[in-house]
Amino acid sequence: MRDVAIVAFSQTDHVRRSEEVSEVEMLMPVLHDVLERTGLRTGDIGFTCSGSCDYLAGRAFSFTMALDGVGAWPPIPESHVEMDGAWALYEAWVKLLTGEADTALVYAYGKSSPGSVRDVLTRQLDPYYLAPLWPDSVALAALQAQALIDAGETDEPALAAIAARSRTAAEGNPHAQLRGPRPQGGYVVRPLRTGDCPPVGDGAAAVVLAAGDRARELCPRPAWIRGMDHRVEPHALGVRDLTDSPSTRLAAERAGAFARPVDTAELHAPFTSQEVVLRKALRLGGSVTVNPSGGPLAANPVMAAGLIRVGEAAAAVHRGASDRALAHATSGPCLQQNLVAVLEGEPHVR
Amino acid sequence: MSATPASGAPSAPEVLRAPLVVEFPFTRSVGPVQSAFLTGLRERTVLGVRTTGGRVLVPPVEYDPDTSEEIGELVEVGTAGTVTTWAWNPEPRRGQPLETPFAWVLVRLDGADTGLLHALDAPGPEAVRTGMRVRVRWAAERGGSITDIACFEPYADGDAGRGEGADPCRGEGADPCRDEVADARSDAGRAERRAEPVTPGAAERGTAAGPRPHSGAFDDPVTGVVAPARLDYTYTPGRAQTRFINALAGRRTTGERCPSCRKVYVPPRGACPTCGIATSEQVEVGPRGTVTTFCIVNIKAKNLDIDVPYVYAHIALDGADLPLHGRIAGIPYDRVRMGLRVEPVWTQGGRHPDHYRPTGEPDADYDTYRELL
Repeated sequence: MRDVAIVAFSQTDHVRRSEEVSEVEMLMPVLHDVLERTGLRTGDIGFTCSGSCDYLAGRAFSFTMALDGVGAWPPIPESHVEMDGAWALYEAWVKLLTGEADTALVYAYGKSSPGSVRDVLTRQLDPYYLAPLWPDSVALAALQAQALIDAGETDEPALAAIAARSRTAAEGNPHAQLRGPRPQGGYVVRPLRTGDCPPVGDGAAAVVLAAGDRARELCPRPAWIRGMDHRVEPHALGVRDLTDSPSTRLAAERAGAFARPVDTAELHAPFTSQEVVLRKALRLGGSVTVNPSGGPLAANPVMAAGLIRVGEAAAAVHRGASDRALAHATSGPCLQQNLVAVLEGEPHVR
Repeated sequence: MSATPASGAPSAPEVLRAPLVVEFPFTRSVGPVQSAFLTGLRERTVLGVRTTGGRVLVPPVEYDPDTSEEIGELVEVGTAGTVTTWAWNPEPRRGQPLETPFAWVLVRLDGADTGLLHALDAPGPEAVRTGMRVRVRWAAERGGSITDIACFEPYADGDAGRGEGADPCRGEGADPCRDEVADARSDAGRAERRAEPVTPGAAERGTAAGPRPHSGAFDDPVTGVVAPARLDYTYTPGRAQTRFINALAGRRTTGERCPSCRKVYVPPRGACPTCGIATSEQVEVGPRGTVTTFCIVNIKAKNLDIDVPYVYAHIALDGADLPLHGRIAGIPYDRVRMGLRVEPVWTQGGRHPDHYRPTGEPDADYDTYRELL
């Protein structure tokens, strides 16, 4: 099996609303930027894959409009997942592993501003038992948070500390939507306060993947994907132990995360309480730098935030800030689906 | 590095916006297990399914989440249960079970091994805790859906569901469980409770003796659910389409030219799909154009104020490198043809051409539009 690496990453500045631009207008600068970093042109890309969600825009097949930004004529090999772009990256990785392509462009975008993302996300729930009750994303995360508090795994001050640490870290991230600490605020759905919840916003991200020597040509220090896996929990929340994430642990195991310690972890935990679950599932000790970008508590463009975790981890490897990084992405309520990637840089060559 | 920010361009024109409502009655069929469960709710009976490992799943599913085995052994569980986790919802949103502040709860009904998500009507967060006893409050009108459970309500009796006759909530008149929380409830909530009094001896079933076998057979079983969904959006078209719509207001049709391949796109979407780069140069096109291809519509769409049959066509406006869509009128439908020269017809107050009609010019030569098919 050949080696595949992330060779470039780009993202928008994430903002509360981006009304003046369409999805493709928001996305295009990111696509151009990520290609410029590698010197590739759209026609050079072997496979293109994207992640987005029609329900955010309220329009069927909205992702086809975004394809205008990648130069889809003459025809290109292309695919789309109605999920976070991290899963598009997984598909592209597999495509490169099979040898069907040497390079891939992966992008994801989400504009939450046209609608109410709390309501929109209820439509991804089981349509028989859950969706008719309209339980919103904050409510479901709050059930998980209370379960953690009841189990003695966290408390409100500990959650507040996660929020503060994340947003303080985001001060160094020019793309983040919330930079710097802010008040925890009142309860949105108790026990989760405003500070425990991610900002609602719009944004996009893109990465370029390349295999083998192609990766070395395109990037001075490629972020080699040592393993990647994704797993899912039962859909019904009442069947799961909400204080744990066996799917994350299994995905990490299969991705090789436990073979050697990582120095950096980018976790897709939109709610503070979910970081508690993920740290446990991933056995992250105190020596691991978690979400130096600020994580989704600082910017959470839905459908792109998971891809951004992988991109941020790769960028840390690119610039030599990390030698072995873990990236995690999630989708669905209460960490329903989880993807784990392990990225490594080769030793610095002087 | 920094890509261009997603917002903040100071020269951006005033943002056009319009409400966009997506509303859909999702109609779904249900299999045997869900049919039994939903029909059971209509009959004020809660059914679960037993896995081959012996666990009782409520609400029931047709496949074991652990083994993916097909399962279908139905059992009846209690209508009272225990809260396994909860979250206080101070501001209920549209569509949620209660309009007054309530707790979301996962409830493990007596005899079940898993939690059912629903709302708990309680006066405040101080009245809710994990481990508390609750019971189903049935909706007054039930049709076989999860909302046949109006919500849960606190159930003060520690012996709830553990034996007939040991339940003070079942007494007529004196109802300590209800009085406990009644003051903080809304009038709507009270009305709901009045509409569906607890039936002594029937409200809290299922016992410490465990779940009881149930055939799942009911008269007139539920075979499907209709789940109405409505989402409200504010549509904003972005820069390129804003320029296009603003030009249309002056009855001008504009395209945008790709700086690389020089093609003119109408309507512009901001990017050249061939080159993958932004289009920027605005070009006025038309008003006349050529029908490149067409179809004859014979079935009238709902709420459409146009008689059938009519012709829907691709029209390459003069100067454009991509045809746009439009309706052809002013000519019998069976006389429309490829190459027909047409022009837009605007109606009073219309914000876009209502349709296109023949100009009377000779038809365009095929070679002039063959690249646009």
